[in-house]
Amino acid sequence: MKEKNGNGKNGDAIEVTGLKKSFGPQTVFKGIDLHVDTGESVAVLGPSGTGKSVLLKLLIGLQQPDAGSIRIGGKEIVGLGTDAMNEVRKGIGFLFQQAALYDSLTVDENVAFPLRRHLHLAEDEVRERVHKLLESVGMADHGHKLPSEISGGMQKRVGLARALALDPSILLFDEPTSGLDPITAREIDDLIVETQKQRHVSSLVVTHDVAGAHVFADWGVLLHEGEVAAEGTMKDLDRSSDPYVAEFLKRG
Amino acid sequence: MLMTSVVEWFGELGQFTWKMLRTLLLPPFEFREFLRQLDAIGPKSVPLVMLAGGATGVVMSMQTRDSLVHLGAKGMLPAIIFYSMVKETGPIITALVVSGRVGAGIGAELGSMRVTEQIDAIEASAVNPYKYLAATRVAACILMLPLLTLVADASGFLMGWVADFIAEPISLRLFLDHATRNASLGDFLPPTFKTAVFGLIIGLIASFQGMRAHGGTEGVGRAATQSVVLCSLFVILADVILVRLIVLFFPS
Repeated sequence: MKEKNGNGKNGDAIEVTGLKKSFGPQTVFKGIDLHVDTGESVAVLGPSGTGKSVLLKLLIGLQQPDAGSIRIGGKEIVGLGTDAMNEVRKGIGFLFQQAALYDSLTVDENVAFPLRRHLHLAEDEVRERVHKLLESVGMADHGHKLPSEISGGMQKRVGLARALALDPSILLFDEPTSGLDPITAREIDDLIVETQKQRHVSSLVVTHDVAGAHVFADWGVLLHEGEVAAEGTMKDLDRSSDPYVAEFLKRG
Repeated sequence: MLMTSVVEWFGELGQFTWKMLRTLLLPPFEFREFLRQLDAIGPKSVPLVMLAGGATGVVMSMQTRDSLVHLGAKGMLPAIIFYSMVKETGPIITALVVSGRVGAGIGAELGSMRVTEQIDAIEASAVNPYKYLAATRVAACILMLPLLTLVADASGFLMGWVADFIAEPISLRLFLDHATRNASLGDFLPPTFKTAVFGLIIGLIASFQGMRAHGGTEGVGRAATQSVVLCSLFVILADVILVRLIVLFFPS
């Protein structure tokens, strides 16, 4: 398997080294290394229960690792205080597994939430930006609805619009297509590719959807029992002779 | 075992309170969310508080009247209802009813926000959930409890008069006159303002229990139940101390 170039001329968007995390007796990560170059899209693959979601929470500082280093845009975030971490978070968009839209707020208000708090814009401009964001994910006509009134796929789209609100340079996706039918899942995959192309963001997608990863990922990392079992371009992984890798990619 | 978990609970509550208090000093104040909470806690509790206060007034009037007739002190009924309602029954009935309605509401709402990752989403958008969710609810409870108590007081007194009127017609003006002949603001203000402390307890404990919920829908149910139980319990315990302090500092 070929080595990733790493340290591209723009540097790493995300650089994780020796990351360890346990919950009580359960070890989630035994020391993993991970790189996302600027503008690159990396899929972190693995069956359920391999701590993929934990990885994202570590990257955004919602949890702290037991050991190791996490650099976002070259800045070490392990041990960072809340205020400093919040500055880093403004540059990261996070799409949650179930979208995690605020269910007391309308679609419009959900997307406006980060805008209102971090950019001092006139109300007109907030509305205009919200409209543009919703348009970019094909949800412009649904702004007045509550999250409970739209489907799971639509919630994901709105979740993406909200994640893009502050124009982040890094996007994190937690199982973007889980719980969706194959057609809607494909639409979301395409939307991810489109977003990456248009915005030149670096993205890390945690998923067990191998077909999806083939669509949007430049690089795949397969986790197994708290370690990186294999990594490479998706084509490399497809050709892997390792029985576990072959089994996972075939099943997925 | 029980002792350690009680100590742990108080420790976590202390940390929670500290995190919330720190956010109060930093702008911006979440005014929109604060207004939404004022409405959810105040006006929407009015019917329940009126009913609870009114029913208590009727019962008190009927039972006390019976005893007073035996003692030949029927003329004291208005004053007894007034003092009893204003000094203790109104405040405690209001606090217990609000513990049930608002305690469960906040516990369940924040609990489900926690388990559906909405609170993580707030943090990921670099917004402090202690400020946005907890501080607004606690402040709204503190402000609304004394006002709701006035509603319960008035409703209880009025229904006490109605019950008395049915037994033996007496004008409301005369009834009120008898009731407040020797009353002063000193009788009225301390017991009403002590309910701000009840509001603090309800808002704080309900937000705390909600935000530490875990474990899916079952966890949400647990958060709501524990919230109601602990709010009611701590309101009653706090009342013992508050009444002692009022007797000490505002002797009649």
